[in-house]
Amino acid sequence: MAETVLETRGLTRDFGPFRAVDGVSLSVRRGTITGLIGPNGAGKSTLFNMLTGELRPSAGSVHLNGRDVTGLSPDAMFAAGMGRSFQIPRPFARMSVLENVMLAPLAQIGESLLGPFLSRKAMRAQEDAIRAKALSVLEFVTLGHLADHPAGKISGGQMKLLELARVLMGDPELILLDEPAAGVNPTLTGILIERIEELNRQGKTFVIIEHDMDFVMAHCDPVIALAEGRVVFEGTAAESQSNPILLDAYLGAMSDD
Amino acid sequence: MIGVLSYLVFFSTVAAILSIAVLGLNLQWGNTGLFNGGVAAFFGAGAYGTLILARPAQEAQFGGFDIPYLVALAGGMAVAAALAWVVGRLTLRLRHDYLAIATFGVAVAFENVMRTTEWLSGGARGVRGFQRPLQDVIGAGLTYNLALLAFVLVLLALTYLFLERLVASPFGRLLRAIREDETAARSLGKSPARIRLTAFVAGSAIMGLAGGLYATTYAFISPQDILPILTFQIWAMLIVGGAGNNRGAILGAFTIWAAWTSSGWLLSRFAPSEAQLYTGTIQYILIGLVIVGMLLWRPQGLFPEKLVVSQSGRTNKPTKAGSVPS
Repeated sequence: MAETVLETRGLTRDFGPFRAVDGVSLSVRRGTITGLIGPNGAGKSTLFNMLTGELRPSAGSVHLNGRDVTGLSPDAMFAAGMGRSFQIPRPFARMSVLENVMLAPLAQIGESLLGPFLSRKAMRAQEDAIRAKALSVLEFVTLGHLADHPAGKISGGQMKLLELARVLMGDPELILLDEPAAGVNPTLTGILIERIEELNRQGKTFVIIEHDMDFVMAHCDPVIALAEGRVVFEGTAAESQSNPILLDAYLGAMSDD
Repeated sequence: MIGVLSYLVFFSTVAAILSIAVLGLNLQWGNTGLFNGGVAAFFGAGAYGTLILARPAQEAQFGGFDIPYLVALAGGMAVAAALAWVVGRLTLRLRHDYLAIATFGVAVAFENVMRTTEWLSGGARGVRGFQRPLQDVIGAGLTYNLALLAFVLVLLALTYLFLERLVASPFGRLLRAIREDETAARSLGKSPARIRLTAFVAGSAIMGLAGGLYATTYAFISPQDILPILTFQIWAMLIVGGAGNNRGAILGAFTIWAAWTSSGWLLSRFAPSEAQLYTGTIQYILIGLVIVGMLLWRPQGLFPEKLVVSQSGRTNKPTKAGSVPS
């Protein structure tokens, strides 16, 4: 398999006269946990939304496993093998944690109006398999005991784990996480990191947007830094700490500390 | 005694028919979160569709197809479904309140079209000449009304079982996910637009079935039967019964219809004669109070939605926050 999972070429997005992302070309190597950093307003979220299909690029292209996926809708991106989480978690609040997870597999037999009536047996067999898999994925993210709880009633950190579980049900090879550590207590952050690293050892590739520099330094390699819509640094986490451009762009904002 | 029985049969028939309409709305709002403010249009499309297809030939009137009753009833559902498909294609991009306003407008337009197209709908005088099926065999008395009630109850049961199985399936899960968070559902590979349209058309076809049965019961339909108050009544039934719960929808239909008819009777019997003129208005105010009161004090309805849990086929009572309307 190719070395590169995800690649962008000259990716650009304008909002009126404002250019949020300006000709970003980057590539994400298979099997990495790639960190995407940058100060507020650097264009991280805009870039992220173009990768996941939420936003159409004004120019440039996105390639997943060599396939041009520019401008595909978010559902098509998921089907193409790219899963994502949200910065502010989006649970299906009035559904059980289990149902949240069981929703995700693609091409379910009972997902049409008449499917539940015309192919009952096949649907039930598939449901049993999906339920079993969902319960094991929930165990993996340590939410097994919450399976029967309404998803809107679990903690913010647990919601982040739930989003990871939902995404895993679709077996994507690339998972994009939007600020997974933001607003999460240290215990749950620890669990989340451990699960991410375990999945990474199993071969999954991650792209993580994160503000928390300690998190990025400890867990992401390589690191890509954005500032003012452009890539200003690409390299290892260690290199990034001593990079003058990056220090200027990113740490300048934190020089008050 | 026969009078009371007769009345109960008639009351139950209408309440069961309205229950079917509330079940249709529950599929749209309770399960999918689609704010249909034009229930009366789809109910009306089924009612007009059924009678126009089934009525005998008349001078200067469209129709006279001699279509068997059951086919005409299905035809009425198809008319309602077709209207919903067109309306849905145009308006389903809209969210909550905008969708409600757009569909409300559709219902007002539909009523006006029925009021003015003499050749099709009989205009303000309504559709005439329809004869209820098997009436010449059974006769028009209590026996016929009992048979009609049985027929309506069978259709109510079939609708209920269809929807119960549907909402317990992956399709039902998909509807709830779209209701809860469309962006998240899309990020998990689902296509909300298609699913929303499917739920909207299916729910409207069910409302059309209710309309067809309603028109059959009276052997008549006119624009007076599809005024906006019908939409509000059906909404009140769903809110009182419990959005997202099919049994609640049926309970709500019977409760509100009982309250509506008895309040009308009480007002006409005991209200001072100066107030008699305003009986209808007072009932409007009462139904508004019921909706607002429920939303304030028991928004989850009498039977709250149930949570689907890990044991296959089992459901749990939701926690309090599990049933707050979105």
